[in-house]
Amino acid sequence: MAEYDIPDDLRYTEQDEWARLEDGRVLVGITDYAQQKLGDIVFVDLPAPKTRIDQGSVFGAIESVKAVSELYAPVSGRVIERNEELAERPEMVNEDCYGDGWFLTVALEDEEEYESLLDATAYRKFLEEREE
Amino acid sequence: MLDAIDVPSLAALFDPIPEKYRLSRPLELPAAVGEQELLAELERLAARNASTRTHDWFLGAGTYAHFVPAAVDALASRSEFYTAYTPYQPEISQGTLQAIFEWQTMLCGLTGLEVANASMYDGASATAEAVLMAMRATRRARVVIGAGLHPHYLEVVRTYLGGLGAELVRAERGPDGRSAPLAPLVDDATACVVLQQPSFLGPVEDVAAAAEAAHARGALCVVTVAEALSMALLRAPGDLGADIACGEAQSFGVPMGLGGPHLGFMATRFQWVRQLPGRLVGETVDGANRRGFVLTLATREQHIRRERATSNICTNQGLCLLMATIYLALMGPVGLRRLAELNLAKAEYAKRLVRATPGLSLPLSAPGFNEFAVGVPDAAAAALARALDAGIVAGLDLRAAAPELGPAVLVCTTELSGRAAIDRLVAALAGRPA
Repeated sequence: MAEYDIPDDLRYTEQDEWARLEDGRVLVGITDYAQQKLGDIVFVDLPAPKTRIDQGSVFGAIESVKAVSELYAPVSGRVIERNEELAERPEMVNEDCYGDGWFLTVALEDEEEYESLLDATAYRKFLEEREE
Repeated sequence: MLDAIDVPSLAALFDPIPEKYRLSRPLELPAAVGEQELLAELERLAARNASTRTHDWFLGAGTYAHFVPAAVDALASRSEFYTAYTPYQPEISQGTLQAIFEWQTMLCGLTGLEVANASMYDGASATAEAVLMAMRATRRARVVIGAGLHPHYLEVVRTYLGGLGAELVRAERGPDGRSAPLAPLVDDATACVVLQQPSFLGPVEDVAAAAEAAHARGALCVVTVAEALSMALLRAPGDLGADIACGEAQSFGVPMGLGGPHLGFMATRFQWVRQLPGRLVGETVDGANRRGFVLTLATREQHIRRERATSNICTNQGLCLLMATIYLALMGPVGLRRLAELNLAKAEYAKRLVRATPGLSLPLSAPGFNEFAVGVPDAAAAALARALDAGIVAGLDLRAAAPELGPAVLVCTTELSGRAAIDRLVAALAGRPA
């Protein structure tokens, strides 16, 4: 498998979003695998704060020079904040997908939803199987 | 062919069709004629049509009789431009892309908005697409429609919304002909208000008030224009607060063509560019820093985004767009405005004459552009027949579209309407000798 950065302290979806729980909030973004596959990101369409998103449902879209892809919510809850800087600098998703290229923070409603996500080992295994 | 599909005979091929639905005698067709005789016959039939060449023309109602300079046809007929759409390998056709880019640019100027697409089928489908776009942008499904939307546009909007569970609310028409205020109809579930400017019956609508009513509840304001020439004179939709301007640009150098093909247009604010349906041409530079044109934001389109595309039922009108672009370039901003003033002056002259003519009336008092309703003394059909006998296509019978006006005809004057022709029109509608 090609080299993908998969930090150990994050959780993952099978649609290649990552999630990080901090004080009842979940930070959401897309993985290194996703940003490499998409290529140059030109636009990220994110829901406004207070919008409710549901685990497994589409909450936005990400556009690269190649394609527009759906974004799937790793957990359910209301959006607290979205990364407004992405409107001006969508390339941050390519440059730093686990840092400055984050998408949303969501108020976590059900910790079990977070626990149900893949951990780094399971996500790495999932990617290996997908790449085969 | 029968061999290829493994059927023994033609009779066997038709076997599944029940006997009673099959024609058992030869078709009743006239005997074959030579090319010369055929051409003569077709010309005889064509001569029975009424056109702007044979009649004085006052029928508008969505398709407008304007003068088309010969240069439009001469340039648009060049074989380099011959494609109805953007080509499938668009970037190799820089001339086509440049024409589209110029169109988009001029349309932004006319609408007072920031980004326009590469055209759509026609005014009706552009209006329906604008409604869908507003529903996507707001994630809402209620649509408030002003009283003056063209009845055909309304039909198409209804058709497009048919399977989407959208709620459609229509405003009443006020006594002066303008739409009743939309604010009371707009709520927090409303995706957009739709106002036709000028309205179908002619009056100029209060776009600023409609936009304010929409924005107060987080809805968008859609302005649709059936007579594009009016934009050269009226304040631009974008300047009055419209978020989407759309409509029909057949008036710009495209022949009436028995009602089509026409030229839909759409423009919006940059904020909504990713919701804008259809194709977009952008300007860029190549590796050697030379100016070039490309299709841009194509990732929203159906060949890439499939069922999540901004539209699966639209395309651009390459040739009609080219005609309109050439037309607008020939006219220039000053020429276009003078033409619009001339259209308005003709209408005001005709209205003055109508007011002074016993038996005729102007049932709607609001100011308009080049089209207006005229109350006639007897049935509208009789008045139209009278006019036709005098060589005049006088307008549209409003019996179906606005029965509450009583017998009335929708009349349109353009730069083609000579003063003597207007005098004859008014006399014929009134039932008096000219």
